[in-house]
Amino acid sequence: MYSKTRLAKWYMQFDDDEKQKLIEEVHAVVTVRDAKHTNFVEFRNFKIIYRRYAGLYFCICVDVTDNNLAYLEGIHNFVEVLNEYFHNVCELDLVFNFYKVYTVVDEMFLAGEIRETSQTKVLKQLLMLQSLE
Amino acid sequence: MPAVSKGDGMRGLAVFISDIRNCKSKEAEIKRINKELANIRSKFKGDKALDGYSKKKYVCKLLFIFLLGHDIDFGHMEAVNLLSSNKYTEKQIGYLFISVLVNSNSELIRLINNGIKNDLASRNPTFMCLALHCIANVGSREMAEAFAGEIPRILVAGDTMDSVKQSAALCLLRLHKASPDVVLMGEWTSRVVHLLNDQHMGVVTAAISLITCLSQKNPDEFKSCVPLAVSRLSRIVSSASTDLQDYTYYFVPAPWLSCKLLRLLQCYPPPEDGAVKGRLVECLETILNKAQEPPKSKKVQHSNAKNAILFEAISLIIHYDSEPTLLVRACNQLGQFLQHRETNLRYLALESMCTLASSEFSHEAVKTHIETVINALKTERDVSVRQRAADLLYAMCDRSNAKQIVAEMLSYLETADYSIREEMVLKVAILAEKYAVDYSWYVDTILNLIRIAGDYVSEEVWYRVIQIVINRDDVQGYAAKTVFEALQAPACHENMVKVGGYILGEFGNLIAGDPRSSPLVQFNLLHSKFHLCSVPSRALLLSAYIKFINLFPETKPTIQEVLRSDSQIRNSDVELQQRAVEYLKLSSIASTDVLATVLEEMPPFPERESSILAKLKKKKGPGAVSVSDLEEAKGEGGALNGSGDRGADAAATSNSATLSPSADLLGLRSAAPVAPGTGSLLVDVFPEAGPASAPAVSEDGFLRHLDLPPESSDSLLVEAPGESDFEDPALPLPESDDLLYKFVCKNNGVLFENQLLQIGTKSEYRQNLGRMYLFFGNKTSVQFSNFTTSITCPGDLQTQLNMQTKPVEPLVDGGAQVQQVLNIECLSDFSDAPLLNIMFRYGGAQQNLTLKLPVTINKFFQPTEMSSQDFFQRWKQLSLPQQEAQKIFKANHSMDTDVIKTKLLGLGPALLEDVDPNPENFVCAGVIQTKGQQIGCLLRLEPNAQAQMFRLTLRSSKDTVSVHLCHLLAEQF
Repeated sequence: MYSKTRLAKWYMQFDDDEKQKLIEEVHAVVTVRDAKHTNFVEFRNFKIIYRRYAGLYFCICVDVTDNNLAYLEGIHNFVEVLNEYFHNVCELDLVFNFYKVYTVVDEMFLAGEIRETSQTKVLKQLLMLQSLE
Repeated sequence: MPAVSKGDGMRGLAVFISDIRNCKSKEAEIKRINKELANIRSKFKGDKALDGYSKKKYVCKLLFIFLLGHDIDFGHMEAVNLLSSNKYTEKQIGYLFISVLVNSNSELIRLINNGIKNDLASRNPTFMCLALHCIANVGSREMAEAFAGEIPRILVAGDTMDSVKQSAALCLLRLHKASPDVVLMGEWTSRVVHLLNDQHMGVVTAAISLITCLSQKNPDEFKSCVPLAVSRLSRIVSSASTDLQDYTYYFVPAPWLSCKLLRLLQCYPPPEDGAVKGRLVECLETILNKAQEPPKSKKVQHSNAKNAILFEAISLIIHYDSEPTLLVRACNQLGQFLQHRETNLRYLALESMCTLASSEFSHEAVKTHIETVINALKTERDVSVRQRAADLLYAMCDRSNAKQIVAEMLSYLETADYSIREEMVLKVAILAEKYAVDYSWYVDTILNLIRIAGDYVSEEVWYRVIQIVINRDDVQGYAAKTVFEALQAPACHENMVKVGGYILGEFGNLIAGDPRSSPLVQFNLLHSKFHLCSVPSRALLLSAYIKFINLFPETKPTIQEVLRSDSQIRNSDVELQQRAVEYLKLSSIASTDVLATVLEEMPPFPERESSILAKLKKKKGPGAVSVSDLEEAKGEGGALNGSGDRGADAAATSNSATLSPSADLLGLRSAAPVAPGTGSLLVDVFPEAGPASAPAVSEDGFLRHLDLPPESSDSLLVEAPGESDFEDPALPLPESDDLLYKFVCKNNGVLFENQLLQIGTKSEYRQNLGRMYLFFGNKTSVQFSNFTTSITCPGDLQTQLNMQTKPVEPLVDGGAQVQQVLNIECLSDFSDAPLLNIMFRYGGAQQNLTLKLPVTINKFFQPTEMSSQDFFQRWKQLSLPQQEAQKIFKANHSMDTDVIKTKLLGLGPALLEDVDPNPENFVCAGVIQTKGQQIGCLLRLEPNAQAQMFRLTLRSSKDTVSVHLCHLLAEQF
């Protein structure tokens, strides 16, 4: 199966080879799971919380003691912001505007932690940035 | 009109991305990219100064190319220039490029830090945030040193904008995690804690992550956060679903902040202040009550957000472990989730209940759900859910339900997923031991375990059953009878044969009265399995036979006949041959009394922590086995228990020890059984036990026929004679790793040379044995005196590699050469190299030199030829993530096919032709022979001549081997 990583964000130090390897491993463990499975999967000494939207997987790798459901909804909150910001977001929006998606991520998640959860506040900020030259 | 049009602002970028997407092949894509790179390079180098927009566009294109997986080696300076732009979009691209492509080029770091500094001082919140996000994303030490003083100031300043505070808090968190010594909170502590009171919920959300991290490190300093957190939580929990507006998510008020507050409280014990505690308990009750209310929305987002808080609250209740009512309510709530239609909830409930089971207040309540959990083990479709169910059964097990749980686990084992079998086996073995009321049940359980899942029964498990049988005389007869019956099965697992051999050898006499299990019947039964067994098991059976001669003199002629047969006494395996020879001789020359003393029943094993428990702990990491488990097990073990660590070591060493069954069982080689009067001499029968070998045996002339020189039976492991007279051996030379890598693919050459000394080496290997010749040449015209060499195996290597040699002549004349021969035996796989230390005096000066000996695991490769189909079939079989190691690296040497082939052949495995569909690739197969194990390895090397890169993939049945081989080989190309 052919897969592409649309965006990856790292909150720990890895060199480029390790990153590539991790991406492949995550892909391998997540894509084989079906809808009846949980949205959580153990991964090395961490766990991956993921959710599938059409053909896109959004995955977040957290400590094993972290709150699964909070991160699962953290993903959904993020996707709803993307949807609003790109007005019915589709995969192509993320490809062509990859540099803006990074901004959205940083508004909502920073240093591997949740920075802002209010969709209203995030969107207001994004639209303000959009208006800047 | 969409809020954002495609690639707005940078048409050139959008066109480029479209072009790339339209490329029909990888080649076309690379061509298009190279064209673009050339274009950008010429723009950057051109005479015309670029405007900010163009610079931004090109930097962004470079970034896109990098993200496609191509290397970018220019443009960094232009990106840094963008930081000083006044335009947000230009700055943003500059920062993004730096965050993604950071490298520690010191020149640039200074410039980047300068840009950040200017933006932090700009008082423009947008620019400040960009700068803070860059620091948070890069998190380097240089940045920590430059900004750790400034950021706390920004965080707590009264006039800082909320969004900047949010970024500053998390930026600080990242720096604290990366360089805790640089980030000191000191004077800011109390003002940071008070951010919990901030009006802006976003600020609280960000700040609390920082506070939690700091509290974990320094709970006392931050404990004033507890009342603030409780009051904040209380306000959220008691608010109506619409009160918090922006922070309400699907009718749930501030779910993420609530979770974080509950998590922060888990850094502390229950609040001492009664009012605070009362308020908190009220919050927890409210959360539990809300779980029972009808949902305000049918959307899964609503229930997930609500349950996220609930699970976090339950974690806190379990953490406190002091409120029986809350614990039981939590348990009941989780019980409801166990039957929920959502798999996520069932999984989380099982996981959470597992910790509840270890609380004395809720243990009984958890137990009431046993049927549901057993059902989950049988019916859940997701293996990770079944795994949690098994964990929970293990956690809820006690004396009252042990038989039921063990029976269910055993029956589940028959169909269990391969990935969790080994762990299940360990758990069953531990529960059976821990809750064994009658030991016959224990023996039955373990033998069942071997029958059902023999492949997954590790040595620790069968060692343990033998330890217990030896130590409890009330079960010995039953064990002998049961194992005898189990061996009747036409096909039984090798582990069963091992247990059978050991137990019948010790206690066969207890059932010999029954004509159906007379001595000869027992012997014939065991011997009928002999030819199906591996070398270590055969060695064990031979020991059982000699014990039979002692137990039942009437079997002597039959057994001597067997020992005398060519297949034993001329066996190509050194160990088997030696045992056959020695046992035969022992049985014919030793008097009955001597025999009876030598082969006396094993004395009880010193009680110590179950090696199985140590293994499970090791597998799951500390914390996975609850403390109470350990203590209980230790308590049962008695006062002689080793510490947990020692237990784990013992488990590790016993893996490699397969020589003498008695030593195996002890695990700790140094600790012989502690009953002086009855001390087992069996341990000493084997040469590996050193100079104490029974004289009757070591004088035996047969030894000369063995592969190793006769001296080897006396421990000649050179232990640096006179080492302490001088000084400690020098540390290995800095270049000794390079020297090591030089010999991975070849066996002969100059190992080391300086002005005084040249060391040449020549070596040959066969199966798990090797011989290495070292030639020490004195390059000067002056004599070296006190010339000594010593070989050491650091750390674990001692148990993995057996190196033997004789001391060299202490005088080496000028221009002369001395030779030393090393005999090498690989006991199990290893990754370190043995050290060679050389000391001598030259013209009055003491010389001291340490090198790594080029003994690497690949030397023990046996090539295996196979067809393409076989290769890929095995390749697929080795598909667990840990079985594979991969490296992608730049070619350091010629990529010429013949050169690569020569190296791969030198490495040891078979180079397989016409196997890989891509003729450019190389594939190899081989088996690494160690004494205890054969480790199959497959290798694939994919060169990319254009990129001058290699991708190397190794798969083997042992994770450490894959990783280590990959590491060694990556240095060769």
